[in-house]
Amino acid sequence: MSVGQDADIAGGTARPAAPAAGLEAAAFPAVPLAPATPLWAGLLTVYRAQLSRVRVSRVPLLFVAVFQSVGIMILMRGVVDTGSDSAREAVVAGSSVLVVAFVALNLLAQHFGALRAANSLDYYQTLPVRPAAVVLGIAAAYASFTLPGAVVTAVIGAVMFQLSLANLWALLLVVPLSGAALAGVGAVCGLLAPRQELATLLGQLGMSVALLLGVIPADRMPWAIELGRDVLPSSYGVDAFIATYGSPDWASFAANLAVCAAVGVVMLTLATWAFRRTARD
Amino acid sequence: MAMLGETAAIPHAAAPRTPGAVCYRVAGLTKTYRTGRRSARTEVVANDAVDLEIGRGEIFGLLGPNGAGKSTLVRQLTGLLRPDAGSVELLGHDLVRRPEAASRLVAYLGQDSGALDELTVALAIETTARLRAVEPAAARAAREAVVAELGLGDLAERPLKKLSGGQRRLACVATALVGDRPVLVLDEPTTGMDPVARRAVWAAIDRRRAEYGTTVLLVTHNVIEAETVLDRVAVLDEGRVIACDTPGGLKATVGDEVRLDLVWRSDPPMTEPAVAILARDAVRTGRRWTTRMDPGTARELLAAVTSGPAFDVLDDFTLSTPSLEDVYLALGGRHEGLVKG
Repeated sequence: MSVGQDADIAGGTARPAAPAAGLEAAAFPAVPLAPATPLWAGLLTVYRAQLSRVRVSRVPLLFVAVFQSVGIMILMRGVVDTGSDSAREAVVAGSSVLVVAFVALNLLAQHFGALRAANSLDYYQTLPVRPAAVVLGIAAAYASFTLPGAVVTAVIGAVMFQLSLANLWALLLVVPLSGAALAGVGAVCGLLAPRQELATLLGQLGMSVALLLGVIPADRMPWAIELGRDVLPSSYGVDAFIATYGSPDWASFAANLAVCAAVGVVMLTLATWAFRRTARD
Repeated sequence: MAMLGETAAIPHAAAPRTPGAVCYRVAGLTKTYRTGRRSARTEVVANDAVDLEIGRGEIFGLLGPNGAGKSTLVRQLTGLLRPDAGSVELLGHDLVRRPEAASRLVAYLGQDSGALDELTVALAIETTARLRAVEPAAARAAREAVVAELGLGDLAERPLKKLSGGQRRLACVATALVGDRPVLVLDEPTTGMDPVARRAVWAAIDRRRAEYGTTVLLVTHNVIEAETVLDRVAVLDEGRVIACDTPGGLKATVGDEVRLDLVWRSDPPMTEPAVAILARDAVRTGRRWTTRMDPGTARELLAAVTSGPAFDVLDDFTLSTPSLEDVYLALGGRHEGLVKG
């Protein structure tokens, strides 16, 4: 629905419609098209509508995500060396970002998979709204759902593992940017999986990998697994948050978030393409 | 107990159509699906060279059994699906080349409400209006108006998924009505609705047609609804349009045969000549016998049955003029028939 195309179509209203190949010349002028919804208006409308869903499902969303992460921190307390700063930081940062992976990757993949399976995307595809507005609006809403859970997990973790809460504000950047990357992955999984069950499976798998590779301190991992950690977008969110503990390394913080942002842009662009592809195939 | 001519066509007001102005012009539309895995792959022709012309301001119906290709056709008419061959022109725009033009002319009501299920009725309506590029204040006003028009006031703040099927459907109809589109494509809009909601929907649609000349394309299973609200109807079977006319015109093609239904309380006396004739010709479904015949014979047989000893075991009878279902069967529809009621 590019602007160029729209102008071309609207141009048909001033003069009698140019007959396309195979069509008879219309005896009546073409009816002018209603305006298309601008990208930002569409995005904000979708975002607002999605956010209102939190009112319906906030309790399960927040509690499941937080309980899961807190449970893992309790488990890890018995496993990792609590004397090591890096180990404690990795566990808390990993668990906080896990909330983002759970909602933005896993639940979003399931949501898109379900919408696609039931032809529910027809709703958006028959409205004059850009695919990017729909994908970004829904992804942004899912990423936003995760903020309270990530903050609660980080606070509980800091208390459990005696870490500073001074740079908790960093989550305001870590959650949206790792959220963009993970929601992009989730949306792509949900929209490209050939069947709904596969979308669910991919979402679960993605979250499990984020869990395993995110909360275990990186220096304890064998070389091959460390490589896996490098290709996982959530790791950069975890590393960015780790960089804010102790004496903060802001260069590392910024570099890791830049990776999240770049992955987010690529994956959300891919998701928009996938959304377009689900129609008209 | 007897209902004479119950299903006779109800004449409706002439449509305020712009003479000659075409809303949809469909020619040679063909869509084939592949189903099954590699070894068992088969091709299903969902639409086979469909030709249709729908006038502006018309209430046009697509009638046919499950799997007739109605939904596939509608998905191509709303820009959701690209046809394999053929052309679709909508209000002067070529939808095969520019499928996105449909979203700016048509309000589509699909069968599924999944995208809106967790929103409240009010927010679902307002969101849809905003996504049709209606400004915020106007979207709120449109929401208020359609909520009042369809009697959704008490449900406005409840999420769609907490509503009954008919209520949810009504809320979805409301989302299709905001934004004042010149064309409404409604896939079984009144499924599950109570009569009050049904009437509200048809009143709202009629008003739009009278005031703005809105064109309505309606997919339905329901023959009674089709007979009462449609200006013209296309009957689909196995992907083809097997007939297209006014409901009255279609029924005239069946001839003047009437249908006689008899329901017996217990076994009727076969020694009665009238009962013996009926027994020979009737399609029996449990205790119900259904026959089709010319009106004179039907009257004679009914008189014989109701005045003789057979009347003692007769529970109910109906003599009715042909319905669109009879038309469908007479046209050679190869499926079991349509939903009645």
